[in-house]
Amino acid sequence: MLIGKSPKIPTSEINSETTYLNRRKFMGQSAALIAGASLMSTAQAGLRADDEITPEDIVTQFNNFYEFGTDKSDPFENAHTMTTDPWTVNVSGEAKKTGDFAFEDIIKGMTAEERIYRFRCVEAWSMVVPWMGISLKKILEQFEPTGNAKYVEFKTLVRPEEMPGQSSFFSSIDWPYTEGLRMDEAYNPLSIMVTGVFGKELPNQNGAPWRLMVPWKYGFKSVKSIVSIRFTDQEPINTWQQLQASEYGFYANVNPSVSHPRWSQASERRLPSTLFNTNRRPTLPFNGYAEEVAHLYKGMDLRKSF
Amino acid sequence: MAKIRPNNTLKLALAVLASSPLAWLVYLIALEIAEPTSGLGPDPAEGLLHYLGEWSMIMLLVAFSVTSVRRIFKQPFLATSRRMMGLFAFAYVVLHLLAYILLYVELSWQLLLKDFVERTYITAGIAGFLGLLAMAITSTKGWRRRLGQNWLRLHKVIYLVVPLALLHLIWLRKDGFGDIALYLLWFAILLGERGYRVKRFRKAAT
Repeated sequence: MLIGKSPKIPTSEINSETTYLNRRKFMGQSAALIAGASLMSTAQAGLRADDEITPEDIVTQFNNFYEFGTDKSDPFENAHTMTTDPWTVNVSGEAKKTGDFAFEDIIKGMTAEERIYRFRCVEAWSMVVPWMGISLKKILEQFEPTGNAKYVEFKTLVRPEEMPGQSSFFSSIDWPYTEGLRMDEAYNPLSIMVTGVFGKELPNQNGAPWRLMVPWKYGFKSVKSIVSIRFTDQEPINTWQQLQASEYGFYANVNPSVSHPRWSQASERRLPSTLFNTNRRPTLPFNGYAEEVAHLYKGMDLRKSF
Repeated sequence: MAKIRPNNTLKLALAVLASSPLAWLVYLIALEIAEPTSGLGPDPAEGLLHYLGEWSMIMLLVAFSVTSVRRIFKQPFLATSRRMMGLFAFAYVVLHLLAYILLYVELSWQLLLKDFVERTYITAGIAGFLGLLAMAITSTKGWRRRLGQNWLRLHKVIYLVVPLALLHLIWLRKDGFGDIALYLLWFAILLGERGYRVKRFRKAAT
């Protein structure tokens, strides 16, 4: 057994039967795929007793990945056309080691560990997903960012012949899809690069071969199928901010008290919901990860820096 | 003017066509109830809402097309189907609104009120609905007689209702504007046809 970081679960929840059952349920689902229990990390920071893992077919068939179309079912239907091998990642900007790297070389020797995170979309729905991921800090540090690196910017693959959404005449997005983090956000222990889900390789529609996961931010921050990492001293302009700066900001921290012009963010629908019960629950500040990340924003007005 | 002979077979066919999306929806709901997420997906309330919304938009445009189609293809009997198609559009809009109130915000008046005021696309949708409601209420023969010339004036509100519905959809949508482009083109053609008639009518009058 790996003796890792202990989870930050309040003692009141440690003996909760639901949590226990959830773990059991999850272990049942993935134990068959991961020989031995060494990967069963305890990283369930912030997980609550009523956070049940969302069924796998929903996590892999209900996605926003506009490169493959704007319907939630489009990515599952279209993403199989994307070639993920070979996969080259360009590293540039304020770092000592820059250039083109093969994806396998970047993650060589690193073990993906289990992280069960809540996932909150800006469209006011949410899931609970057992990701397999590698600490983003560990990945970024190998490029030796310099003191000038204040932000890190990520870009998704552009390949219209394999991504029908990118060649669509009726899309107003200026590809590539771009996202970014402040370096201290990127170095937070919660930030990971996801390479798998439900104990399996990451499916194309979820952002193969690797994607970002920052669970205290709205889902659109967690950029998929990354081919470019750039260290910079300027705040990157992320895609949604570029499209609608009045609605989407750079930080995009989950915040029930900052209302969005299209969706109230006070509550969310936990999927799967049923026709007669939307499974609505109050949205938590920082998606329930305030203990881990609130300190990053000390002194900032999060109503302005939304 | 010669009396228009109604074509009941065709009217019935139109009614069947106009209700077929509802029949399909009943099937999806049955699937959904038998096995959750199988009919309307993991977020069924939103699935239902958007399905009814898209069909509301289409039916509104269909109802708005009846007069133009009658004139272009010289099918006078279609005049007797115009009210029916308008009421079909109204029915889809009512179901769309009910789905939103009952299944989406689940009767939370607080959420509802905030949505009405804070979210402009919902404000536009509600305004369009009120216009359509006035038309539906006064669609009976009795109201038509009672209102006389004002009836025609009142029903000109459709020229506001359709753009409001389009705005509602445009403001809601984040990206992927293919269907909206189609609706706009459709609406523009209908407006063009009407503009052309008015111009010719004026010319003939002078």
